[in-house]
Amino acid sequence: MILDSKIPSGPLAEKWDHHKGHLRLVNPANKRKFHVLMVGTGLAGGSAAASLGELGYNVTCFCYQDSARRAHSIAAQGGINAAKNYQNDGDSVFRLFYDTVKGGDFRAREANVYRLAQLSVNIIDQAVAQGVPFAREYGGYLANRSFGGAQVSRTFYARGQTGQQLLLGCYQALSRQVARGTVAMVPKTEMLDLVLIDGVARGVVTRNLATGEIRRWVGDAVVLATGGYSNVFYLSTNAKGCNTTAIWRAHRRGAFFANPCFTQIHPTAIPPSGEYQSKLTLMSESLRNDGRIWVPGRSGDRRRPSDIPEAERDYYLERRYPSFGNLVPRDVASRAAKQVVDEGRGVGATGLGVYLDFADAIGRLGRDTIADRYGNLFEMYERITGENPYQVPMRIYPAPHYTMGGLWVDYNLMSSIPGLFVIGEANFSDHGANRLGASALMQGLADGYFVLPYTLGDFLASRMGEKVGVEHPAFAEVEDGVRERRGRLLSLSGSRTVDSFHRELGRIVWDECGMSRSGQGLKTAIERIPALAEQFWREARVTGDGESINQSLEKAGRVADFFELAELMCRDALTRDESCGCHLRAEHQTPEGEALRDDVRFRHAAVWQWQGEGKPQIRHQEELAFENVQLSQRSYK
Amino acid sequence: MNLTLFVWRQESRGARGRMVRYEAPDVSPDMSFLEMLDVVNERLIAQGERPIEFEHDCREGICGSCGLVVNGIAHGPMPATATCQLHMRHFKDGDTLYVEPWRSRGFPVIQDLVVDRGAFDRIVQAGGFITAATGNAPEANSLPVGKEVAEMAMDAAECIGCGACVAQCPNGAAHLFTAAKISHLGLLPHGQPERYERVLGMVEQMEREGFGACSNFRECEAVCPKGISTDWIARMNRDYFAARLFVEKSDKKRAGGVG
Repeated sequence: MILDSKIPSGPLAEKWDHHKGHLRLVNPANKRKFHVLMVGTGLAGGSAAASLGELGYNVTCFCYQDSARRAHSIAAQGGINAAKNYQNDGDSVFRLFYDTVKGGDFRAREANVYRLAQLSVNIIDQAVAQGVPFAREYGGYLANRSFGGAQVSRTFYARGQTGQQLLLGCYQALSRQVARGTVAMVPKTEMLDLVLIDGVARGVVTRNLATGEIRRWVGDAVVLATGGYSNVFYLSTNAKGCNTTAIWRAHRRGAFFANPCFTQIHPTAIPPSGEYQSKLTLMSESLRNDGRIWVPGRSGDRRRPSDIPEAERDYYLERRYPSFGNLVPRDVASRAAKQVVDEGRGVGATGLGVYLDFADAIGRLGRDTIADRYGNLFEMYERITGENPYQVPMRIYPAPHYTMGGLWVDYNLMSSIPGLFVIGEANFSDHGANRLGASALMQGLADGYFVLPYTLGDFLASRMGEKVGVEHPAFAEVEDGVRERRGRLLSLSGSRTVDSFHRELGRIVWDECGMSRSGQGLKTAIERIPALAEQFWREARVTGDGESINQSLEKAGRVADFFELAELMCRDALTRDESCGCHLRAEHQTPEGEALRDDVRFRHAAVWQWQGEGKPQIRHQEELAFENVQLSQRSYK
Repeated sequence: MNLTLFVWRQESRGARGRMVRYEAPDVSPDMSFLEMLDVVNERLIAQGERPIEFEHDCREGICGSCGLVVNGIAHGPMPATATCQLHMRHFKDGDTLYVEPWRSRGFPVIQDLVVDRGAFDRIVQAGGFITAATGNAPEANSLPVGKEVAEMAMDAAECIGCGACVAQCPNGAAHLFTAAKISHLGLLPHGQPERYERVLGMVEQMEREGFGACSNFRECEAVCPKGISTDWIARMNRDYFAARLFVEKSDKKRAGGVG
């Protein structure tokens, strides 16, 4: 099977403009006759819903939170990249494009990434016009910083709350459309399935999380902007409610899932402090600029850090990577940390952590300088751990953070199901096998403000007069399935809580399909996950009924989908017999432990097609052509 | 440590609620308040009882979902801390904790500790935005914004919309929330064209939602997890008076404009 990515012909820099010029338009008078269902209100969904409303489409917008403003984009700290070249330091659209393709280890589409870099400049203009209070220089112009190892300063930021401020910008634009009546907001509502009529996405079935009501919604197109699936690991930096259900249910209805094993693990989160740990909190990577990472030289050393003499400490990053030291890329730092912890040299009560020590930096620069640079982070750390990092070394540990994989989409952001569009983190398109820092906000907003409003119109232009209603038998069939599944979940009356299964699943995925994988480990995971799922359907306990708020029911449905996704992640990782991006395949590394990519066999996106319950999925490949960049191997020695 | 909890349980909107006693044994000082409740809930589920419903999501103090009144204080005893960032090391063995939802006419209880904060969304819909439809924006640096002004706007913009200000106010006023948004946008040059219509629309919506009046108790500022200043309320009042004096506009013209 050939997957048609619909990448326009012509030179890279002209593809998007040329394509836009030839997309079909919907007559302004006809726009209000089209109804778009938007699932999710983060940066992608919020910006798309607002922009489509402004154009005159009728939009119904769903979120599981009690307000659109709470979507998890809000937690992004660092910033957003844009090729403005305000610093006159040599940045350009091409350079941002190149950095992103290279950062993704040559596993993303050139054309998509180039468009993303082009649109980055419009995003900043748009956000500023909406009142996003970005950091400024004294002259009143926008400030930038260098982020994630980039050699240019192209990151825009609003204190440590860039995601929050960009999301409030979207939310405010969305609120204006709600007041105008073009967008209807449906909060506290979760999509539980997708409805197809004649092979086209025409609706969703939802559950109201406050009243339990199950309801059908019909539209002319469905857009999923439901974020990533890092919570498959149980512990991640994602919000507790983040889940895979919307995209997984769409996958089961025929939407292809691309590169599910591509996930990103961030090296500097606060470690878990016990079994009850419910989520992980990220701290800015900038801490590695001045902190030194170490663990005790021998395993099982439980002495306090101050009692361990210099000679018995192992500054393992400085030892292994003398030129980059503590500033090696995210994946290298994360992998090395897990390795020393697995050797029994981890620190803290759970042993899941490594030290990030500022003693030398404080000695060299003084406490005030360190407080200037990291004061708010130190405060946050102390709030959570109760330890003062000016006096005792911080403890850090890697945490799942972002998922590059997602539903496969073409250049128009349409999935393999006509009429089903997927935007933001929920799709697979722009980050390849690893995502650069400050690029997630950029992609969500590019998709929502500047890509979907054009490409959705092109699809709808040919759909005039194709009206159906929720009384169509396809809706009844899907709703019956949703009710049947809810009934099965509510009838679970075993002895274990849903969370305990989720924790166990998370540990398997973390150990076998995290930042370092092996064929052997993946094969065991592929056996263990369905066995655990079976046990879940036998022994889990769900309390309450379906007619009101019921968090144990909500969780159970989400965890059941995570089981199926986790198995596919492992199959995808097993088939991808190379190391690439932030994923090390143990069998493919240099003698020094560096990743070995295999461009001959794996220069493609792996695209999985659902075959039905209990049947192995079919793997397709979308070959990736690189015509504008030279494929290179990285080295951090 | 071992704690005794009294938690507000209410089956549904309008139902009669009551405080129910639970024991919370073996609480680790490193748990967050919500993790402590998770553990209580795990035990309730294992016993086949309905768990305590509470709102939460990011658990890092930024989404504004969580909010409990702990021993009479919105978000508990630590200053500038949302409930999800409140850790159990600030309590001691043997403590008795009273856990209630936000209480206000503007925030009806849905179940247990979960309240309906839809009023906040409607206040923003009544003008809490800058009309700048996608694609209209000029080059971002064409309008400089002084660093001090940008920083002040950011101070106001940090509001996470949790509603603690309303819960703690003896009058149930939503002035701090409303004033923060009005000030964030009203300070920036981009927000000037709609400045006075915005304040009229939002203040009037706030009053329609049943929130009380502000009589300067400043309890809101004391419990705000982001430390939003009551100075913004003074600024909002000034803008509101100016708008009432000089701007004559019908309600219809305000809601969302036409573009």
